[in-house]
Amino acid sequence: MKHFTRLFTELDQTTKTLGKIKALMDYFDHASDEDKLWTIAILSHRRPKRSVNATYLAEWARELSGLPEWIFYESYTVVGDLAETITLVLPSEFEHSDFTLTYWIDFIKSLEQLDVPQKKEKIQEAWRLLNESERFVFNKLLTGGFRIGVSQQLMVKALAKHANVKENIVAHKLMGNWSPDTNTFQDLLHSNDGTDISKPYPFYLAYALEDDVSTLGDPNEWIAERKWDGIRGQVIVRNGQLFVWSRGEELVTDKYPEYQVMLNLLPDGTVIDGEILPFKGELPMLFSALQTRIGRKTLSPKILKEVPVSFVAYDVLEWQGEDFRARPFEERRRKIEEICGRTDSKVLRLSPRVHFDSWEKLADERMRSREFLSEGIMLKRKDSIYRNGRRRGDWWKWKIDPFTVDAVMIYAMRGHGRRANLYTDYTFAVWDGDQLVPFAKAYSGLTDEEIKQVDRWVKANTVERFGPVRSVKPELVFELAFEGINRSTRHKSGIALRFPRMARWRKDKKASEANTLNDLNALLKMESGGQVAGEPGSQDAGGPGRPDEKLPKIFE
Amino acid sequence: MELLQFTDKGIYCEQAGVFLDPWKPVDKALISHGHSDHAYFGHKHYLTSSLAMPVVKHRLYLKDNIESIDYGKTISINGVNFSFHPAGHIPGSAQIRVEFRGEVWVFSGDYKLEHDNLSTPFEPIKCHAFITESTFGLPIYKWKPQHEVFNDLNDWWRKNQSEGKTSVIAGYTLGKAQRILRNVDASIGKIFTHGAVESINQVLKNQGLELPDAPRISDEIKKEDIKGSLIVCPPSAVGSSWMRRFLPYSLGVASGWMKLRGTRRRRGADRGFVLSDHADWNDLNKAILATGAERIFVTHGYTEIFAQWLRERGLDAREVKTKFEGELGEMAEGSTEAVADSVGSATGDIQQSNG
Repeated sequence: MKHFTRLFTELDQTTKTLGKIKALMDYFDHASDEDKLWTIAILSHRRPKRSVNATYLAEWARELSGLPEWIFYESYTVVGDLAETITLVLPSEFEHSDFTLTYWIDFIKSLEQLDVPQKKEKIQEAWRLLNESERFVFNKLLTGGFRIGVSQQLMVKALAKHANVKENIVAHKLMGNWSPDTNTFQDLLHSNDGTDISKPYPFYLAYALEDDVSTLGDPNEWIAERKWDGIRGQVIVRNGQLFVWSRGEELVTDKYPEYQVMLNLLPDGTVIDGEILPFKGELPMLFSALQTRIGRKTLSPKILKEVPVSFVAYDVLEWQGEDFRARPFEERRRKIEEICGRTDSKVLRLSPRVHFDSWEKLADERMRSREFLSEGIMLKRKDSIYRNGRRRGDWWKWKIDPFTVDAVMIYAMRGHGRRANLYTDYTFAVWDGDQLVPFAKAYSGLTDEEIKQVDRWVKANTVERFGPVRSVKPELVFELAFEGINRSTRHKSGIALRFPRMARWRKDKKASEANTLNDLNALLKMESGGQVAGEPGSQDAGGPGRPDEKLPKIFE
Repeated sequence: MELLQFTDKGIYCEQAGVFLDPWKPVDKALISHGHSDHAYFGHKHYLTSSLAMPVVKHRLYLKDNIESIDYGKTISINGVNFSFHPAGHIPGSAQIRVEFRGEVWVFSGDYKLEHDNLSTPFEPIKCHAFITESTFGLPIYKWKPQHEVFNDLNDWWRKNQSEGKTSVIAGYTLGKAQRILRNVDASIGKIFTHGAVESINQVLKNQGLELPDAPRISDEIKKEDIKGSLIVCPPSAVGSSWMRRFLPYSLGVASGWMKLRGTRRRRGADRGFVLSDHADWNDLNKAILATGAERIFVTHGYTEIFAQWLRERGLDAREVKTKFEGELGEMAEGSTEAVADSVGSATGDIQQSNG
């Protein structure tokens, strides 16, 4: 545990990539295979199952520190993290111990079969045996949500150097269904048996295009598609079995039963990359419709009928058992067109190409994105290979400009993690007559300097306090940017925004100059074109605001 | 009438006609210590502890309108006895004891109990009413002994040195900087200071404080001398162009706020050292109990929470609003922005009164 805690502390302390890689390599060079394996698992979000309820943990920590519940809660709102709060309130005394990371993980796993009083005894004993930084790591492992500030890519890089294996091979080996319980470090990194037929390829992710599109050079070197607003996915057919992976490296085959037809549409040894996207007729549905079904444990016939899901394919990574990723995109594109062309299934659809011969033409197409319920344009270089992770250069997403609205800040809440103890999460309102109605929360978009200024303003202009939340004088105006707007029964305003964030602090505007609820309702009408989230059954693609004749027919 | 009252100008003793650490211009001000949220510009007469006087005088550009008194000596103003007692916060910092007809109040200013090898150690004073700070009045703030912190700091400096890096440590110019200078292992390498630190060092040296040799960074200092050295600077210098010349360097921040992972990460420092000149949770509780006071007034910090906690312990505690850098100056220890602001407004006052 000492080694791993030191690694964690070093990773936490440096913001520099090189420093992180060095810390990881040092650790890999010295740790046992068992500990290495668990470290990789933890860094790639494969943690031991949560075996203790967080409320109990807080209670047991309070008991040892002799604190009343309310002051523990106040401390928690300042710290912004339960594992850290527990660590800090526990008595400072501890007995030295020298167990390994694997020991403590096994310890945590062994808790699962115990009853509550036994768990309590074990955990309080663990706290006695660990020093402050080790306790924090232990608590983080217990409570889950251990964000260490190391990307998968960085870990892969360090591991590749340590094990002397190529980076892309390491990246691929770390994908899919392995776990430290069933694999050893050696067979994870060095085996070649390919027993895991479900193993996906690492996704290639695009950066947002920030420069002018013309900087990409000759338009003839590029292929454009719509950027779909669904969930990135990978469909695998091997040995007569179907596997569906989402970008979060989650196996989601069971969530999309309609994809079972892929077993008839695709031959063994096929892996395709695309978008999990709900459709009604020939038009995609809003992301919010998909949301109504991804959260469910069981899929009712009703929801399957109301939100039917297709797979919009845009790349082929494996064909007839052969890895296609090193072939140029143009060739892969021809292959995926051919594969999709063999069927008229509504489940497997091709992501259509957007034809253009000049950047101006493509800019016009981009302006039409909302007609297709898409988020913008994807640009892929014709000769690009399929790489892994987020990379610059060959693939770009060229999103449409967000909607904006000027809103008044009315509540502020303390942030979490890096922003704990600082008022960073704000609630915004628009005018409804002479009332301000809250309609959105946002916490991103400001610079650190602006956050500091707003934080000071909040502290000096508080009207009331409710735990970590303060109501403030309705004076500050911010321009909020967002990707979509929906009707919502959960919000007082009747409106929910998609990805709201602060685009600008409008110091030039008075609160009275902010937008109104009427403005938002007008936008809602224009945007949703009749699709209403939460009531997918009531949709039809030709509803109000979207006349039939303007229906794009790109999927036919 | 209470012996001390909380007014919009500061803590007021009506019987004596004096204020304690007032933030608006008054006739007579008793000042607990030289930090700018306690020693404001613009009063007619100042009284401080003997050890605090030179710094207060220097920072507020005072000439002859300041007097001082040794720790433990009593001065009587209209029948009220005032005395200054060590608060252990920074050199010269004092608790101010106020006694009238057998009733004793103590205003703590800022304080800490741990001996820092720099300030005169805190002395508990028995009293009926105690006015306490609560900067770190939450049970999450518990400090390690300072020798452990300095072991870490020395290790960090050595490690940077072995990697060919300069170590830059940011800490408040008055108090924290000298605490670092007095306790760091000066045999590791050369030490330099930022001009703002050096000017306070000069004042303290002139009154007899011993500090290791730590010249101000200037153009005359050779690059090869800076490499691998330790540079003590105020938090406001972090991220400034002044610091660029030290590349490659590792940046450390010394502050009690570094206790929280969130603050550490937000500061963008390579290392956070939990080193505070304020009492931690345990010591706040200890200090308050040691006064034997029945009534407790809680000023800047987590005031409501800490007062509620004391009430549950059976004390008559309540929070009072002051202009001491409570939550507004939450980061004051780690950053000088709040301080710079108030210095700025003080200079503004000068210009106004001149014009």
